[in-house]
Amino acid sequence: MLKKMMAGAALAGLMAGPLAAQTTDLTIVSWGGAYSNSQNKAYHEPYAAQNAAVKIINDESSSQAVAKLRAMNEAGNITWDVVDVEGPDSQRLCDEGLAMRIDFDDWLAPATSAGSASALATMVSSMNLEGLSPEAMMDALSQMQAMTGDVSAAADFGEALINECFIPQIVFSTTFGYRTDVAAWGGKTPTSVCDVFDLATFPGKRSLERGPKKNLEWALLCDGVAKADLYDVLSTPEGVQRALAKLDTIKPETIWWTAGAETPQRLADGEVVIGSTYNGRLFAVIEEQKQPVAMLWDYQVFDFDGWIIPTGVPEAKMPVIKDYIRFATDTQRLADQAKYISYGPARASSAPRVSTHAERGIEMAQHMPTDPANRGNILVNNIEWWADNQDEVEAVFQAWLAR
Amino acid sequence: MAETTAQAITTQAITAQPPAGPLRAADGAPLKLSLARAQRRGKLRAFALVAPLLLFVALTFIAPIGEMLFRSVENQIVPDNMPRTVAALADWTSETAPLPSDAAFAAVVADFGEMIEARNHTRVGQRLNYEASGFSSLFRKMGREIPRIAGDPRAGLIEADKAWGQTDTWVTLKRFSGNYTPAYFLSAVDLTRTADGAIVQKPENERIYVYLFARTMWISLLITVATLLLGYPIAYLLATLPLRTSNVLMILVLLPFWTSLLVRTSAWIVLLQQQGVINDVLVWLGLVANEARLQMIFNQTGTMIAMTHILLPFMILPLYSVMKTIPPYYVRAAKSLGATNWTAFWRVYFPQSTPGIGAGAILVFILSIGYYITPELVGGTSGVFISNRIAFHITNSLNWGLAAALATLLLALVMILYWLYDRLVGIDNVKLG
Repeated sequence: MLKKMMAGAALAGLMAGPLAAQTTDLTIVSWGGAYSNSQNKAYHEPYAAQNAAVKIINDESSSQAVAKLRAMNEAGNITWDVVDVEGPDSQRLCDEGLAMRIDFDDWLAPATSAGSASALATMVSSMNLEGLSPEAMMDALSQMQAMTGDVSAAADFGEALINECFIPQIVFSTTFGYRTDVAAWGGKTPTSVCDVFDLATFPGKRSLERGPKKNLEWALLCDGVAKADLYDVLSTPEGVQRALAKLDTIKPETIWWTAGAETPQRLADGEVVIGSTYNGRLFAVIEEQKQPVAMLWDYQVFDFDGWIIPTGVPEAKMPVIKDYIRFATDTQRLADQAKYISYGPARASSAPRVSTHAERGIEMAQHMPTDPANRGNILVNNIEWWADNQDEVEAVFQAWLAR
Repeated sequence: MAETTAQAITTQAITAQPPAGPLRAADGAPLKLSLARAQRRGKLRAFALVAPLLLFVALTFIAPIGEMLFRSVENQIVPDNMPRTVAALADWTSETAPLPSDAAFAAVVADFGEMIEARNHTRVGQRLNYEASGFSSLFRKMGREIPRIAGDPRAGLIEADKAWGQTDTWVTLKRFSGNYTPAYFLSAVDLTRTADGAIVQKPENERIYVYLFARTMWISLLITVATLLLGYPIAYLLATLPLRTSNVLMILVLLPFWTSLLVRTSAWIVLLQQQGVINDVLVWLGLVANEARLQMIFNQTGTMIAMTHILLPFMILPLYSVMKTIPPYYVRAAKSLGATNWTAFWRVYFPQSTPGIGAGAILVFILSIGYYITPELVGGTSGVFISNRIAFHITNSLNWGLAAALATLLLALVMILYWLYDRLVGIDNVKLG
């Protein structure tokens, strides 16, 4: 019996040997939950279908990615290949030399056209080529160029390329959700971010992130500071105090969160009546769990989420990593991810391809932070300013919180 | 025949007489030496047996702690990457001239040249940004600007960013030019240095760590007292009931002890939150108005309740094992001699249970001042501990130097308390069973 087992093990070893030599493990680190699921469906599964030799290993450690990457770097043993991080974290990793600098034109696929060849044909046939002025001709040509996909990746990603290390995937926003069944509000619903600070009209507990980022900006906006002046005001100590003074008005009514799942949970429990979190989480509460919750898009704060490649991944793996990234960030794949989660694709060329939710058939475009109806007032996180001032402002904010 | 025997014995006795000089073993070597040799062998064997554990402890415990202590003072990144600047600034002080010499400007440009090549400049900028906001973006910007500087370094640098024309920039650079710095420890106790080098308290709205250390100690003390008050009667019950009943009760103590910490903490959230079970019951009973539901979680109360529950077994178990050894007839004897129930307990039973109280109290207190996950989840803002800030600096801000300084202080605090306890109560009086 034992002999048989040993023979079996040896045989298995023999069979695993050549197989192991052929397959490459690709360790992809992400956030877990619905987000990882959307990546699995949109990127990993189709990629694995095309590349049998690559075995994708999912790791759900993105929330500790910065610290772990530094520890790996110091130990000289990088076990991750591709890591999903938020924009500000990518800045830190890039500055610390923990993320690789990327040549975008080399790594990323150029945009593929929104319209198909038939759309192009329709356009051409509708044009009266003989009567065109030179300017109109140039205009039409550039339109056609955009349609046939001759747009460089860098131009397609545009503002989303926030630093040299970051390969953007999605645009997400931090915004507010509120309960629609609060009796004390007398039928009114919040329409402006400043309603969060209005305890007289909208009484009840709030849920805010336990950190200065975004909260200080919202507080100043509602204290009468113009959007354009926000970071100038925040750069002065008085500005930070002014923002904290505004937050003081709702501090007794505020519960602070550290994980994105806390606000949705508290909204569903009725523990808070209004709270900030990531828009995808609110989508899940509203559309998937059918809770009496609605979105307040006013002054949503835009952020990017995307890939970084750790410095020091084995050179031998680089072709596979590069191939995966090129595949996972092309126009169609980014649009596909939006079928599973309500985050907007970071490529301009992906936006027209966003369709309906893969399982629920909900039209996804209207749930995207980038949808024109939702982006009346927006804020974009000033990553550079925060990289400089985070440490100091954080200390002030935590001291304020602790008292 | 008898005579010869007697003779032989006498001879033997005579030869057994201690000879002059040192005692000798059978082989003639001095006894002392031979004994030491034999013992050395024994000691070596003992050491060899302990060696694997010793090595393990040294590698996995002492070395990392040593490295952590070292991080809290280490500052080599600046002199390693900017050696020319450090040398050029050696003689400069802000009193002699507001800005350093041309040589220092040239040194900065030269050092940047090498740092940019090694792609280290942003890293150094991050390090300095912990001390003065703005260095992060200044160094990042220099990464783009330095290669364009041709000609006069002074003019070029100041044109690239006006920060190079400000004394504060250079003061910060000079202050952090050494291999070691006390800055992390200063920050960890809310101190800072002014431009002229004096050590002062930070502005009031930035002081946080001393306050958090004090709060951590205070809440931990309250938790220790609460576990003692709740745990003592239970341990007494367990120790005095017949074995069959006490075993069942023991399982009730151990069951939560074996349950995941996260599950227990989340269960408290469900129970204590405003729309939670306890508040619902109170409202239903009419004891609390619906609009005035009690806030029992996401504050100090939440931390205290959840942690008291979680740490209770650490109090009950040592108490129980000590009480188990107290013979019941002492109390009976006291009563038969006329003591009241209370006197018998207080004068006879309680003093014998104090070693268990000591052990339980130390265990609970030391565990709770290092507690992290429960305060994080239920502490809100008023119930978080110093360990939550340490975790923040490890995982978010990447300021490992400050995290190390805070952790070192926490370690020192625990050791001082342990020493105090030893002085006041005596560590020999602690019994785990």
